[in-house]
Amino acid sequence: MAVSIDDVRRVAALARLELSSGEQERLTTELSRILDYMEKLNELDTDGVEPTAHLTPDASVFRADERERFEALRELLSQAPDLRENYFRVPRIID
Amino acid sequence: MSEAQWTAHEAVQRLTSGDIGSVELIDALITRIESEDERVNAYVHLDADAARAQAQDVDERRQRGDTLGPLAGVPIAIKDVMCVRGGRTTCGSRILADYVAPYDATAVAKLRAADAVLLGKTNMDEFAMGSSNENSHFGPARNPRDLDRVPGGSSGGSAAAVAADTAIAALGSDTGGSVRQPAGYCGIVGLKPTYGRVSRYGLVAFASSLDQIGPLTKDVEDAALLLGVISGHDASDATSADVEVPDYCQKLRAGVEGLTIGLPEQFFGEGLDAETAAAIEATASRLESAGAKLQNVSLPVAGHAEYCIGAYYVVATAEASANLSRYDGVRFGYRSGEASDLQQMYHQSRSEGFGDEVKRRIMLGTYVLSAGYYDAYYLKAQKVRTLIREDFSRAFTDCDLLLGPVSPTTAFCLGDKIDDPLQMYLNDIYTVTANLAGLPGVSVPVATAQNGLPIGAQLLAPAFAEETLLRAAHHIEQTA
Repeated sequence: MAVSIDDVRRVAALARLELSSGEQERLTTELSRILDYMEKLNELDTDGVEPTAHLTPDASVFRADERERFEALRELLSQAPDLRENYFRVPRIID
Repeated sequence: MSEAQWTAHEAVQRLTSGDIGSVELIDALITRIESEDERVNAYVHLDADAARAQAQDVDERRQRGDTLGPLAGVPIAIKDVMCVRGGRTTCGSRILADYVAPYDATAVAKLRAADAVLLGKTNMDEFAMGSSNENSHFGPARNPRDLDRVPGGSSGGSAAAVAADTAIAALGSDTGGSVRQPAGYCGIVGLKPTYGRVSRYGLVAFASSLDQIGPLTKDVEDAALLLGVISGHDASDATSADVEVPDYCQKLRAGVEGLTIGLPEQFFGEGLDAETAAAIEATASRLESAGAKLQNVSLPVAGHAEYCIGAYYVVATAEASANLSRYDGVRFGYRSGEASDLQQMYHQSRSEGFGDEVKRRIMLGTYVLSAGYYDAYYLKAQKVRTLIREDFSRAFTDCDLLLGPVSPTTAFCLGDKIDDPLQMYLNDIYTVTANLAGLPGVSVPVATAQNGLPIGAQLLAPAFAEETLLRAAHHIEQTA
């Protein structure tokens, strides 16, 4: 599976990563090699095999729909890079 | 023998009998950390005053005659991927370098409830992604058996601290071998419990269908002791299993007579170092002499290096790319100061905050989940995962346990594999399958190689068969 530098740019945009041109080139080579390795999986016949997405028993886990108060709210919010009266401040979103 | 060399069960005994106080024990460890850790770099944060205060409290309650927990006064180190309230939890990453956890992980809260003393946070590969501890924002930890070698990863700091006698025991996390492999490289015991056995609430997520917390200890009895403390159902983790927690120490000495131990032929093929193979075979012979029955088994998919590594790195990176999308510089963690709009802030915060291996895995995971590639990679890997589980199910209809190596070689040198990600990934060939299948596994030191480094053996068991696993591991340890 040859990965192109355009693929790398497209995926970086999806992943919200800004990569230098050196990083883009290196990742083009590395991802190609790693994905080539993963091609080996195609040797296995998996027709009719159910995928395993997780290992917990099928039933979903339910709980009562009750509100709980997180005791360390102040400590939690104090982690914000830019907090103004319990609002997270961010750079402008629209022009 | 100095106090720092004690196992947890020895420390409990000495503390209970009054030979030593908890403060004295903590001070002995802190003194040792001060002399050793500059070279080993096993710790990323140490709060000596907080540890002393906890120890002081245990000593006072002991003097009053209060009933104390099973780890009362025992200093335990925590991999910096688990939240400890009020202290930094950095995950070995710049993006969380200043993050202070507002709550305790459940496993940590259970240690506190058992009256253990939380000694400090240990070094690790960034976001638990790595097999050498070289991917840490805080510099690599080193193998105390040979400082030019890696301690393994990603729980390298926890393994190095226990091996260097700068912790009595430690907790780590294992997504593809991150407890068992560093334990093997450092010559200690590392246990990865069954998926769901230990709550992951407060464990920074890497790959949620694979991650599990486990102990790194000086002997098997300590692994059993710690497992009993940290296990159990937790409503805060939807994947936590509601399965009774037995006293894991009770049957440790029951021996191996009557157990059938499978030797997967694929584990002893190409790529395995000859000395390691000989050490595992000798271990198998000792088990046989003690009354276990050996049986050759075949794991055509689960024992096939390329299928396992392929499936693992698709699933693990896909889940990681989703889990790590939360680091956006808005609510917590690093924010780049340069950005003039929101999109740019996301991009720059993540690019400046994450290291090379984390970016590589986010890219790989995003790629295999992206439109047009999902079926070819992600869905295919999930189907191969089913085949791997079926291989193990078949093997465990005839066998109680499986025996094999932990890693293809002994610990490698710093710098040897860091420039070749695929070579680094191949180091995990024997460990990733337990995570893909959700099975418990343990790494036990069995021999010393010509180069002076420890060789570990790995035992695997069916889900929730930790008692049998630990019982055989204990026998291997006692006869090694």
